Parts: sequence; C-alpha cells; structure tokens
Amino acid sequence: MAREYETVIGLEVHVELATNTKIFCGCSTAFGGYPNSHTCPVCTGMPGALPVLNRRVLEHAVAVGLATNCEIVRHSGFDRKNYFYPDNPQNYQISQLYLPVCRDGWIEIEQAGTTKTIGIHEIHMEEDAGKLIHDEMENCTLIDYNRAGVPLIEIVSEPDMCSAEEVIAYLEKLKMLIKYLGASDCKLQEGSMRVDVNLSVKEKGAAQPGTRTEMKNLNSFHSIRKAIECERNRQIELLEAGGEVTQETRRWDETKEISYCMRSKEDVQDYRYFPDPDLVPIKIEEEFLEEVRARQPEFRPEKMLRYKREYDIPEYDIGIITESRHMADIFEETVALGAQPKKVSNWLMVETLRILKEKEKDPEDISFSPKHLADLIAMVEERQINSTVAKEVFEVMFESDVDPKQYVEKKGLKMVSDDTALRKILEEVIAANSQSVADYRNGKERALGFLVGQTMKAMKGKADPGAVNQLLRDMLQ
Amino acid sequence: MDKSVLLEMSATELAEAIRKRKTTATEAMEAVLEQIERTEECYHCYVTIDRERAQLQATEIQKKIETGEVSGPLAGVPVAIKDNICTEGMRTTCASRMLENYIPTFSAQAVLNLEKAGAIVIGKTNMDEFAMGSTTETSAFGVTKNPRNSEYVPGGSSGGSAAAVASGECFFALGSDTGGSVRQPAAYCGIVGMKPTYGTVSRYGLVAYGSSLDQIGPLCKTVEDCAVVLETIASYDSKDSTSIRREEGAFTAALIRNVQGMRIGVPRDYLGAGLSDEVRDAVVRAAELLRTEGAQVEEFDLSLVDYAVPAYYTIASAEASSNLERYDGVKYGYRADEVRDLHQMYRKTRAQGFGTEVKRRIMLGSYVLSSGYYDAYYLKALRVKAMLKEVFSRTFDRYDCILGPVTPTTAPKLGESLKDPIQMYLSDIYTISANLLGLPAISIPCGADSKGLPIGLQLIGDCYQEKKLIQIAYTFEQIYREGR
Repeated sequence: MAREYETVIGLEVHVELATNTKIFCGCSTAFGGYPNSHTCPVCTGMPGALPVLNRRVLEHAVAVGLATNCEIVRHSGFDRKNYFYPDNPQNYQISQLYLPVCRDGWIEIEQAGTTKTIGIHEIHMEEDAGKLIHDEMENCTLIDYNRAGVPLIEIVSEPDMCSAEEVIAYLEKLKMLIKYLGASDCKLQEGSMRVDVNLSVKEKGAAQPGTRTEMKNLNSFHSIRKAIECERNRQIELLEAGGEVTQETRRWDETKEISYCMRSKEDVQDYRYFPDPDLVPIKIEEEFLEEVRARQPEFRPEKMLRYKREYDIPEYDIGIITESRHMADIFEETVALGAQPKKVSNWLMVETLRILKEKEKDPEDISFSPKHLADLIAMVEERQINSTVAKEVFEVMFESDVDPKQYVEKKGLKMVSDDTALRKILEEVIAANSQSVADYRNGKERALGFLVGQTMKAMKGKADPGAVNQLLRDMLQ
Repeated sequence: MDKSVLLEMSATELAEAIRKRKTTATEAMEAVLEQIERTEECYHCYVTIDRERAQLQATEIQKKIETGEVSGPLAGVPVAIKDNICTEGMRTTCASRMLENYIPTFSAQAVLNLEKAGAIVIGKTNMDEFAMGSTTETSAFGVTKNPRNSEYVPGGSSGGSAAAVASGECFFALGSDTGGSVRQPAAYCGIVGMKPTYGTVSRYGLVAYGSSLDQIGPLCKTVEDCAVVLETIASYDSKDSTSIRREEGAFTAALIRNVQGMRIGVPRDYLGAGLSDEVRDAVVRAAELLRTEGAQVEEFDLSLVDYAVPAYYTIASAEASSNLERYDGVKYGYRADEVRDLHQMYRKTRAQGFGTEVKRRIMLGSYVLSSGYYDAYYLKALRVKAMLKEVFSRTFDRYDCILGPVTPTTAPKLGESLKDPIQMYLSDIYTISANLLGLPAISIPCGADSKGLPIGLQLIGDCYQEKKLIQIAYTFEQIYREGR
C-alpha cells in the first residue's frame, strides 16, 4: 500500500434517560416487567390517545447539553418521523429534527497528555420503540411495548474523530459526564447507551471527505474498536482495488466480528418529518435554565482540584476515585465519618475495584454504605480485627451491606488480645514445633514466621499477627 | 308527560322539566328510543345504539337526580356522540371498516364531562369515514339522510349527529369540527352547531384527523343548549398538551338578547361568486335583522380567501396521513387475511380497511410531506396560515365578529357530491379559516331555500370570544323566531 489514508469518524450516541416514567405518558420505565405490563393507551398508540412531555426528560436533556457546552435552543419542538414497523405503535416516532433542544457543543478528550476538542452537532430528545420477539416455534412475532416511549437523547457528534482510541476516549468522557449528572447509567451491554459509528476514509491530505457508512449493533467498547478497525480496512481495500465505498448502513456481527450491509442508500426511507401537532412548541425560559444550572453537579476536573486541596491522598488515587461520581461520593462521606482519607482510598482502589472487576460491575453498582466502610476501617484501626478478617468482612459488606460490627460480633471474629489465652496457645505451638524453635534459636528468622503462622491457624485468624510476633519473641528468649 | 311534547323540548328545557319532576330521565330516554324506532331506519343517524345501557343509565341517573347526587343543566338528558369520540366499552368505529370492532378502554374527556353532568349516552352517530368528507356518504356503514328532506345529505362529517338532533333521535349531540364538520351539517339540518376556540375542549379521546385543526363541538336545537353543552364539555385537560385553561367564566352568562353597539363585519369575499343566490339573500337578511336590533353591520374586504382551501387541505391531509398510520392491522382493528409477510399485511389491511376518500387524503398528505415537496407544499401552506392569521387579527381589531354563510349552497342531493372531490373541498371555503386559525365559530339557522332546505348563518369570532358569538347568535335566534 503506497497510499496513506485518514479515517474520519462521527458518532450518534443514544442514551436512555433515567426517568421513572416514560417520555409522553405516566408508564413506568422499569426494565424487565412482564410483557406489555408497562403500557397504556398513549404508548401503545390507541386511537384518541395523546402525548404529554415529561418535564424530567427536558431537564435531563438540557443538563447534558450544558455539560457538553451546547447552546440550549430556547424554542425547540418535536417532529414526527414516519415509518412503518410494528415495534413503533403509532408508526411514527416522536423525535426532534427541525429544532433539537441543544446544538453546537463540544467536549475535550485527553490522550497521552494531549487534548483534543470533539464537536457536538446536536442533542435531541426522542422516544424509544418496543421490542419484537420472534417465536421460532410458533412461527410468529410478538411485541412487547414496555420499552415503547422510554425517553432517549441522541447525541450527534461532528466527524472530528480519527481513530478507535479517540472514539473510546470520547465515549468514556460522555459516559462520565452523563453518569455524573445521573441522567443515565450508560450501559452499552444493556442498551442504555447505544453507539452508531459513521466512518469514512480519505487519502491523506485530501480535501473531500470519502463516502461514509454507518455501523450499528455495537454493544461493547471491544466491538466498537474492532468494528472501526475492520470498517476502515474494508473501505481502504475497496478503494485500493479501484472500487468505491457505497453509502449504506451496516450491522456488526459480534461473534463473527464482521459487518454486513443492512440497507443501502437506495433503500433510504423518506421519513416525511413534520412538526408534531399534538405537542406544543418547547419554550425554555431563563428560570428553567437557571434551575437546571443550579442542579449541575461538581464535575471531575473541579472535584480533582478540590480533593488535592482537601485530602492528603496521592494524585493517582484522586484520578481513580473521581472517575465515578458515586465512588467519589462514597469516599467523601466515609472520610466525613472520621476515616482517614488514605485508608478509605485504599479500600476503594484495591478491594472495591478488585471485586467490581471480578463481578463485571461498575462503580455505580457499589451498594455498601459509607457508614459501614468507616466502621470497618475503625475496627482495624482499633485492632479489633486484623486485615485478613477485615477483607473477609468487606466481601460480605460489598454483597449485602451488612453492619460490620454486628457481623464480626455474630461470627466471633474479634481478635483475641487477651494475653493469657494467647500465651496458652503459644505454649502449645512451641511444644509441638521443637524443630522450628531450635532453628529460630539458631538464628533462622524464617522459622519465627512459621511459628506465627501456626499460631494464627490455631487462633482461626482472630489474633493480631504483630502481637503474636512480639509475644513469641519474648517467650523464645 | 306526553312524549311528542317531550321530543319538542330543547336539552335545557328537558333538564328543567326533569328537575321540576314534570318528567323523568327514564321517560325522556323512552321517548328518544321510540323516536329512534320510528325514524332511524329511514335516516340512519347511528352506527351503534346501546338501548340497554342507555335505559339502565337513565334509571340510575333518575335516582341520583332524586337524591340530589346529580344536578345541573344536563342531568338526565339523552345525548348522541359522534363515532370518532371514544366511549369506554362502546364500539368506536370512525365509520371505518378499519375500526369496525374497536372498543376503547377509555372515554374521551368531553364524554366524561358530559356523563359527570348527568347526560346519558344513547349511542354513536354516523359520520364520514375518519371525519373525511362533507356529506356522511363516505361512511363504511351506509349513508345518513337529511331529516328535513331524506333525498338530501345531512352534511358532514358530523352528519349523523346533526341528523339525530334534527330528527329528535337525541336531545343534543357531540360532533367534531376539523374544517366545518360541526357547522356545515348543522346548517344543512337546520340546527345550531358550534366550533369552540382550539384548545377549549380536550381532544383526549377524539380520534385524530387533523390534530392542529380538530375540535369537539356541540350540535343542538338552540343557542342556549349550545352554550350549556359547551360550558359542560370545556375543561383544561393535562392529558392534552394543546388544552387551554379558560378563565373568563360561564358561557351561559352570554345568553343575553342585546347586540347594541356590536360591530359586525360581513366580508364581501364571502358573498361573491360561488355563493347561491338563496343563501346570499338569507345571510344578507340576517345581517339586516341584526342591524335593526342595534348592531353596527358593515361590509369589508377580507382578502386571501381563495388560498384558505388549498392551505387547509394541505395541512389537514399531511396530519391525517401521519395520524392514520397507526391503523396497520398489528394492534387492533381490521387485519387482512392470507398475507405472506409484514409488508403485504400492511398493504392489504390498509387497502381493504380504508375507503376511497381516506386513501385519497393519505396519499395527498404523504405527498406534501415527502422530501422535495415539503417546502413547496407543507411549508407554503403554513405560510398561508400565518398570513391569514394576520388578516383575521386585523379584522378583529375592527369587528366583534365576522358574519357570513356557512356553505355556498343548501344540502346537495344524496349521491351527487363524491363524484367531484375538488368541488366538495371548495364548498368548505367559509368554514375552514376558523380551523386553520383556531377561532370559535357558530352556525345557526337563518332561513330556508325554495325546496325548504335550511340555510345556516355563520358567526366567526376572535380566539376566546365565544361569549360574543353566543350573545349575537342568541339575539339573532330570538328575532328570527319572532319574525317567522
């Protein structure tokens, strides 16, 4: 390959908003209900039913717009996107085409120390569709409208990215902002964040952009990265072979790691968009904007600066803890309860992250209370339990947020600090391990370790290893 | 009480008679059902009549009236509902094969308001399919005939409601008015029909045709009934985003005979070419009567009138094409048999489920919204609407209301209108501006032609000026009756 190519990528990111009720009716947005149990005449498209905008949806959309430096459009509106498909009960989707609620924003991504600005073309609100379930046995298709009308925002970027790394960095940044806002949990796997990749290639330095394709069905960062690589290579191979890229929508096959054409430009439907006459124009007053602004949280950069000022923990720790607002909140609350910042940070960065990784969970899934973490740390400090026991207790706490004090009490895990009891065990250990005793006395330090281990074993771990160590030395002198 | 006397009463008179124990809700219902027995076969006003439910409810309401649980100006009065207004548990077909067996799970807010006031639903009235038409001849369930002369159409699309009121098959009815569908049949059948300001009556439960134009309105024997019914059905409804909170007080407070100093403008454009001489004469006479009663009546030039019809049909069809997409055979309603795949099911279901006029408007609407034509048609129609708004707004700076005809002619003969849809559309010229601009308008009888067919007089007011219209209409009704 003599020629060099540049990749041009823009993203369309759908984010399911964390509202209790749907965008145009009062039905629950809870995931996993019995099919069609979260429906009403509005979200099943019954004749005579009418949509009414859920104010929370607008608040979330505006909050995301503000966090991504968008212009908030003061007079926006909903449009109908008309297309026939059974997952769409009205056969039109209520969306925003002509006047989206936010536009012309940007966010910064950082990679290897350099910062790049990625433009955001617009953010618009729309309703999700229902789910089709194909029953192979009965050879029929069933519809579940529970998801129909769940609120979404679509964040459309400018074509400002040129690699999978930038795409991932952009998505990570978006995810973090949106999660900080509490506007969504942004889970790719579960579909609360859906990413479509628009990609084209052009010869390096060429002024004209190449023909782009749109890639759908990307359910993980891994898929996104892989799909970008494959699509870039596919397009370059086409061009190298003297062919042309056709404008089309492609679908990524996660297991085969290839994509195939879903529909080409010729099949592009005419959606006959027009303003939805059932919904009044959205007018955003200064007062509303102020309310949303006032509720914006402290985002990561400010939070990191404040942590540097307020807490005596390494910058590395600050970076990790503030990646998640939930984790940062737990950190702050635990410290506020009297725990030493570095101790709290250690529990979060080591044990917590290890368990999260094991269980393939997000920091948002942490459910133990700061009070219990503070208690656990205090118990270690006060030498009521040793660190091994503390880790055991923490695992249980992570699962079910048990009160560590009660748990330790109930399970009898308190350290035995009573000298006479310990002395008795030690005497037994010394008597049973004469060889090791002799080795130690002959200057083999390691033999002491063995004896301490034996003692801990006999004490079922409930002893303070430091105290055992000290007492053993005294007794062997 | 003698049933023929009962049937002559207005809704307000009947309710008063019931309140004063001169008759009962049960007796009134019996009278109406007997009248239906006598004349329904000829006129075919209804698509669905639920005698059992009506009688049962009449008995219940009568009890509640006696215990004082239900009072108010419509308690015990039998009402007919246009079949595009949802009634819980009662078939709502929109006179379409598509919804032939559709039973709503909820009632329209307007119906709930009536029921709360003690009115009793007899059944659902015939109409043009999905309210598209001006004669009630596009109904999938047969035509309705004009009770004034059964060789003629009752008008449309609320033809069944108008005919039911005119024939005594109910005491009053609800219709819906998207381009004149309440006022025009009221004019053809010689009764009173009113389209309120857009947003006054909740559209929740009204099956949408042209969402930005649709309003539910009353069809009544008298202006007084009209004010009473409007007062009952009007309510702010949080389920309808376009609903408006009206706070100017009772519409019935405007039932006053007085037009002293009222400024009434008669557009020359509404009296020109295309208007039949008999209708013109009746309208001009009506204007004269109001002048004698003390109103300042003058002619003026409205302008842009010719653009209203094309703009209206563009917007109405565009909205209809989208509103009717939900009828696809998937969730409810008609579904074609023997289909190979999804798209064939859509095609066959819609080809078989919809009638010609509905399909024509869906195609027209899809066309004006399609890419490449959106600007040329749909946006241009919106611009015409904006210009019309200015013209009318200036007009209402000078006049309390606009007076003119409802229709260019009296009712056409059955079977004559559908051959030439364009001609039929053009006959909406006097009524559609009120829908495009959301204005209130009322149609009241003002004479008859040589064949004895009724002629309607239309009064159009500025937004929220129903009370002025009611006052002028009420005054005219009094003088007109005296003169007759």
